[in-house]
Amino acid sequence: MNDGPPVLEARDLRYRHPGAPAALFDGLSLSVAAGSFVGLIGPNGSGKTTLLKLLAGLLRPGGGEVRLEGQSMATLPPRSRARRIATVLPESPLLFNFSVLEIVLMGRAPRLGLLGLERPEDFAAARAALCAVDLAGREDRPIQELSSGERQRALIARALAQEPRVLLLDEPTAFLDMKHALAIYEILDRLSREQGLTVMAVSHDLNLAARYASRLVLLHLGRRVADGSPGDVLTPDRIREVYETEAEVARDPASGAPLVLPRGSRR
Amino acid sequence: MNFHLPRRAAAGPLTWKRLAAALSLLVLALLLTLLIGAGVGSSGLGLTDLMQRSDDAAIMILRLRLPRLLLAAIAGAALGAAGAVFQAVLRNPLADPYILGVSGGAALGAFAATVAGLPALLPYLPVRQTSAFVGAVLTVAFIFALSRVGGRLASYPMLLIGVVTNTVYLALILFIETLIELTRLHGLRLWMIGSIPVEPYPVIASVGAVTLLGIAAIGLFGRDLNLISAGEDTARSLGVGVERTRALLVVLGSLVTAAVVSVTGPVGFVGLIVPHVARILFGPDHRLLVPAAALTGAIFLAASDTVARTVMAPTELPVGVITALCGGPFFFWIYRRQRGRTYFE
Repeated sequence: MNDGPPVLEARDLRYRHPGAPAALFDGLSLSVAAGSFVGLIGPNGSGKTTLLKLLAGLLRPGGGEVRLEGQSMATLPPRSRARRIATVLPESPLLFNFSVLEIVLMGRAPRLGLLGLERPEDFAAARAALCAVDLAGREDRPIQELSSGERQRALIARALAQEPRVLLLDEPTAFLDMKHALAIYEILDRLSREQGLTVMAVSHDLNLAARYASRLVLLHLGRRVADGSPGDVLTPDRIREVYETEAEVARDPASGAPLVLPRGSRR
Repeated sequence: MNFHLPRRAAAGPLTWKRLAAALSLLVLALLLTLLIGAGVGSSGLGLTDLMQRSDDAAIMILRLRLPRLLLAAIAGAALGAAGAVFQAVLRNPLADPYILGVSGGAALGAFAATVAGLPALLPYLPVRQTSAFVGAVLTVAFIFALSRVGGRLASYPMLLIGVVTNTVYLALILFIETLIELTRLHGLRLWMIGSIPVEPYPVIASVGAVTLLGIAAIGLFGRDLNLISAGEDTARSLGVGVERTRALLVVLGSLVTAAVVSVTGPVGFVGLIVPHVARILFGPDHRLLVPAAALTGAIFLAASDTVARTVMAPTELPVGVITALCGGPFFFWIYRRQRGRTYFE
């Protein structure tokens, strides 16, 4: 599971949401190996998104620290951080009519000087990223005219244009149908295997996460309650305890990955 | 899905060539507007009279029309650029220095300084401008603090707060004026809807210098404006110090607004209309949009003031009447087009 040196590390993280009565994280530690594909799972309110933002350097922890390639996030200049770690967050409403290529070129911002426009190598990186997510023919379209699956892929392309070593994603397949959700995970899988990109994705789709991630981290009420291979983490007892749902866990006959089958009153 | 007119992205990514072409076109259009504006007026004197060395024409054009046109162009540039900044950093396409109450804050600041007699006490210092700037910045800070809901800026509360603030400011100005019956503030009502006075050239030069420097400083943040308009977290994850950059840009936007409002009064809606028109013509990239909105604003206000001078000649309208009559319907049009869209909170 930890087959490389840690590229991203959380040490004794403490965090309390502004105005919240109690701390969400009270000494959480986590280490992510270079080149691994980690699925971050847990029920609503377990702290997945907050942990992702802390790891991404978008939130400042109340205590403890995040280290990126051995360097403390607190002392890392934001632009230098943005050249190494990219984050795909749920889409913000877009105000203006940027084209797909313009959106993806924004990923080059941390590599540009104060007054420069994008250089040929920036266009090359942006177009390569668009190819990687299968949007090569769409670069001139206004981003708002894309389907939600295409838009999500464009946001991943922007993150790839950053040429990061770590890619963090918050529910990259939310609101996507089966085909598009699968396509996103296929892309992430390929980047992780072929380019050694470290990927961490928050997911509510346990089966997709289990199929593609080599490691699952299960959060519950701000604590890391399970961490390991998908087969070890996803057990009926744990799902009952954390998700408060009865479930059977079968095996995918093709991949051997666990398949979670929730049980309601209709059996 | 999108509320802007073009169904295609305007012109693809920004290149130096496109930047240079767009800006030279706008500069030419501005020169043409100034030329036409200098040539028309209720006296009937035109540029040909100036060529024939008529003294009347020289006084009319060089001492009256030209300073007024230049001041209108400067004010339009400031308000256009400030509108582009406020729309991006507040992530609100209906934002504008006037609607947000920033112009009202600047007007109250300038008025308070005058009432207190500061310009007479400190004749060589830009006290009206400084006081206007303080009023503008305090207003933005107030609106910012009040419309931040759960860590996010809420668009509609922000507009409502701005409109109420603006109305209160204007009421305060009228109230104080009535209270002390300042004869030296004759023409206050004209000033309060925004009108371009004929000022001596040194005043125009100083207002112009502040505006130009302010817009140039804003221009340095074009890419950051793009990223912030795409989302706070997006900008942060791409290495922008969002809080600091936004505060600096709001201060710069307030600075140029205050510089012109202290002279022209709160001219409305220029900062609303102009960035939208510039975006439709030149695309949303703020590295081009900021200078383009400044130049488009200069053209728009210089042309509006020419219309204000001539449409009911010999009676002159305050330019704020023209901009409000254009801007009001424009505001409703944008509001209608984006109502119910998912990307508005």
